[in-house]
Amino acid sequence: MLSVPSVAIKLLKVVNMEYEVVIGLETHAELATITKLFCGCSTKFGAEPNTHVCPICLGMPGVLPVMSKKAFEYALKAAVALNCEINRFTNFDRKSYYYPDLPKNYQISQNYYNLGVDGYMNMSVNGSIKKVRIHNVHLEEEAGKLIHPEETGADYSLVDFNRAGVPLLEIVSYPDMRTVDEVESYMQTLRKILLYTEISDCKMQEGSLRFEASISLRKKGSEKLGNRVEIKNLNSMKSVIKAIEYEAIRQSELLDRGETIDRETRLWDEVGEKSQRMRSKEESQDYRYFPEPDLLPVMIDEKWLSEIKNSIPELPLDRKQRFVKTFNLSDYDAGVLIEEKVLADFFDECVKILDRPKAFCNWITNDLLREVKDRKLDINSLLIKPKQLASLVEIIEKGTISSTIAKEVFSEMVQTGNEPQKIIEGKGLAQISDEGLIESVIDKVIAGNPSVIEDYKKGKKNALAFLVGQVMKETKGKANPKMVNEMLIKKVGV
Amino acid sequence: MRLSGYTALQIREKLLSREIQASDLVGQLFKWIKDIEPNIHAFITTCEKEALEKTVEIDKKIINRQKVGLLAGIPIAVKDNICTKNLTTTCASKILHNFIPPYDAFVVKRLKEEDAIIIGKTNLDEFAMGSSTENSGYKITRNPWNHECVPGGSSGGSAAAVAADFSFLALGSDTGGSVRQPAALCGVVGIKPTYGRVSRYGLIAFGSSLDQIGTFSKDVKDAALLLQVIAGYDSYDSTSAQVPVPDYLQGIESGVKGLRIGIPKEYFAGGLNAEVSKAVKDALKLYENLGATVVDISLPHTEYAVAVYYIVANAEASSNLARYDGVKYGYRTGESRGIIDMYCRTRSEGFGNEVKRRIMLGNYALSSGYYDAYYLKASKVRNLIKSDFDAAFEKVDCIMCPTSPVPAFKIGERANNPLEMYLSDIYTIPANLAGIPGISIPCGFSKTGLPIGMQILAKHFEEKKILQIAYAFERETDFHLKKPALKGLTG
Repeated sequence: MLSVPSVAIKLLKVVNMEYEVVIGLETHAELATITKLFCGCSTKFGAEPNTHVCPICLGMPGVLPVMSKKAFEYALKAAVALNCEINRFTNFDRKSYYYPDLPKNYQISQNYYNLGVDGYMNMSVNGSIKKVRIHNVHLEEEAGKLIHPEETGADYSLVDFNRAGVPLLEIVSYPDMRTVDEVESYMQTLRKILLYTEISDCKMQEGSLRFEASISLRKKGSEKLGNRVEIKNLNSMKSVIKAIEYEAIRQSELLDRGETIDRETRLWDEVGEKSQRMRSKEESQDYRYFPEPDLLPVMIDEKWLSEIKNSIPELPLDRKQRFVKTFNLSDYDAGVLIEEKVLADFFDECVKILDRPKAFCNWITNDLLREVKDRKLDINSLLIKPKQLASLVEIIEKGTISSTIAKEVFSEMVQTGNEPQKIIEGKGLAQISDEGLIESVIDKVIAGNPSVIEDYKKGKKNALAFLVGQVMKETKGKANPKMVNEMLIKKVGV
Repeated sequence: MRLSGYTALQIREKLLSREIQASDLVGQLFKWIKDIEPNIHAFITTCEKEALEKTVEIDKKIINRQKVGLLAGIPIAVKDNICTKNLTTTCASKILHNFIPPYDAFVVKRLKEEDAIIIGKTNLDEFAMGSSTENSGYKITRNPWNHECVPGGSSGGSAAAVAADFSFLALGSDTGGSVRQPAALCGVVGIKPTYGRVSRYGLIAFGSSLDQIGTFSKDVKDAALLLQVIAGYDSYDSTSAQVPVPDYLQGIESGVKGLRIGIPKEYFAGGLNAEVSKAVKDALKLYENLGATVVDISLPHTEYAVAVYYIVANAEASSNLARYDGVKYGYRTGESRGIIDMYCRTRSEGFGNEVKRRIMLGNYALSSGYYDAYYLKASKVRNLIKSDFDAAFEKVDCIMCPTSPVPAFKIGERANNPLEMYLSDIYTIPANLAGIPGISIPCGFSKTGLPIGMQILAKHFEEKKILQIAYAFERETDFHLKKPALKGLTG
């Protein structure tokens, strides 16, 4: 994750304090359907160019689109999750522009009757809840991809239409954000909502989640919005923040010099960390929207809508609040748990089996995440199951193994998916609580370390820790440490 | 040999009874085509070899008494804006001169399933934009009744092919009258079904909310036969209707006793040729004699139909034709500097003037600031025109009127006056705007011997009724039996 504070501080330093930065975001998310929006082609990422194509998504003469109901339902789910008003009558419109990656030279999108309008999303910013209004949510088709040859002086480009026709969700926010912290939270919260609802896989590196920002500046206290600049080609959340920062600085410098801001679209250059004008408002395209005659309007009735509403799981922010309230977790811990839906689900499963929320939270947020990170595991296909972690916690409480051994057992569980009991038995890791056995080891240690005993008797308290350590070493960590401690003190005497 | 004496249904009998073989039939047909076609220019592509190969297969099936399709061995011509797998489909445009579809249109798939023999792809106005087939990027088709006249359009090639006995049946498409008007001008039967009755999958789009594939045939029963094959729901066309297809031939002879025929006064106003008017009025008298009643009705928004049509159709066309850009298939200019230049040159060189005119008009009507005044307004008026028909059909069972205000006009006569050309479709356009079905049947001849057509319109999905009404007239008349005198190269 990006270190937000450093950027914010930098921004505050460079932007003249008399301006307010007004930010809106446009989000594109590819839906996680198996097929494209208007044909049966696969949406799988990474195939050989032009292998997931058919006459329909290639826009060949005479072909017609047929809408995927699944994709529409995913989009509807997003609109509901973002608290939108749902248009009971929606349809598709053609958005016309010429670009070689757009097979029909129009994109089937929504303009006159968007699926969802006037929604909002709550998000947590520096510990408090902030609401950002959503202007609209609509469904459209993805374009293909241009491939520019690497050789210098090449006079051609290639087009890969595998992506053309993949269902794409567009979410347009109102310009309700004022700081990069808010923008960061907006992106993270929205991403989590899309992941929780399983609408999109949100892989920014594969382009399935993308953002465009619009930024304007105005004098603090002023009601009137300044001229807006849109920024495209933002390939990561980091780029979004950097581009906003850059743009805010650029605009403030222009305003400081008494110049005006042109309404324009700029392209972010990730390597050079600067933006360049793509087109001005005067050059902006006339998309000539009109209703798509090849598709029927979609009517959404109460029954369908309530089915969609019921299919929406508890959303991340609600879940976080529940974790804090019900289980007394810290805001931070709850935040780590909900960061990934699988982790939050894992936690919920665990506490259903055994009421030890704090213990589970520790195991998941510390040990499990470390194992995942160190061993580069896929969090979505973990071998360890909630029931097994619950067993482990029980075993620890019974005193069968020490907490040190428990970590070893846990690591084994994560790697193999084996039951903790089986691992403990298989490796003979059960704690030794047999007084006689421990005593014999203690006697051996005392006999072998006369000088340490002397030190201890002279008042060197940490000598005892050394002796305990020696006993544990002899028993390969299996001796009950509490018993070892007590018995040693008794034996050596003060 | 000219196969003028038979209809498709009659030929079907002869094929099934093994009186003739499909291979002989198609062989003779191609001899006739080769002789006469140089004077008609009905086809852009013929496929004799493939057709003959197919007949061998069909003949074998018939001999072995295997089950054969409804159109087994019957030759059919297909308008060249309907996609045929592995067979060049040009839309009569230079921009698609080399386009070979890797798929069949739904209707072509149906023809093949029913064992029809596709003999070729017929000429049309480029992208079906026109009423004379003069706008083809390849050739001008001539009216078999008078080679100096147009066959009508845009399906002029299909209409001429049936009139000249090149084919028993043909498919066309009708966006504003492109089946009915050439059928009238060539003296054959043409149906435009209800919007949604026949799948548009594989029909190269012109005006998507208006386009409908239709039939050409020598008589009404053959029209019923062909419609039977192509009608029905298709999951590949979202606008295709899930309405059951009745048996169109069953009960076709049930007559018109008690039928109420509406005569829209707006259709018999100025601009209507006197001979056409008289022929249609004579036909109405015949219907009265057969037991029908004629009722005067009004379709008050008729005068706006042509204007509405040229906004809606062109707006849709401007978008539908955007894909022809030289990137993926079809024509691409030779030399260009960059992508924009490539687009401009490709489209400037690939499209003809009429197509360019309509793309510009369409883009204008959709552009920001004009959308409400043109496209949106036209859509509203379109609804009024629909309501006119709804109201009329409360009072009458069908509407009758001329198909075209004039018989076939001379080649070149209207070519330089687009507005006059647009008025050729004044009686046919409203049915497309309303989505209702219509048929054109021969109802007379002008003094100069040119055919005159009459149009019958009915409610949505009432093709069966239309066929019954049309047949009642055809049974009593012989206009459909008259044949143009055709002389070929061999005399």
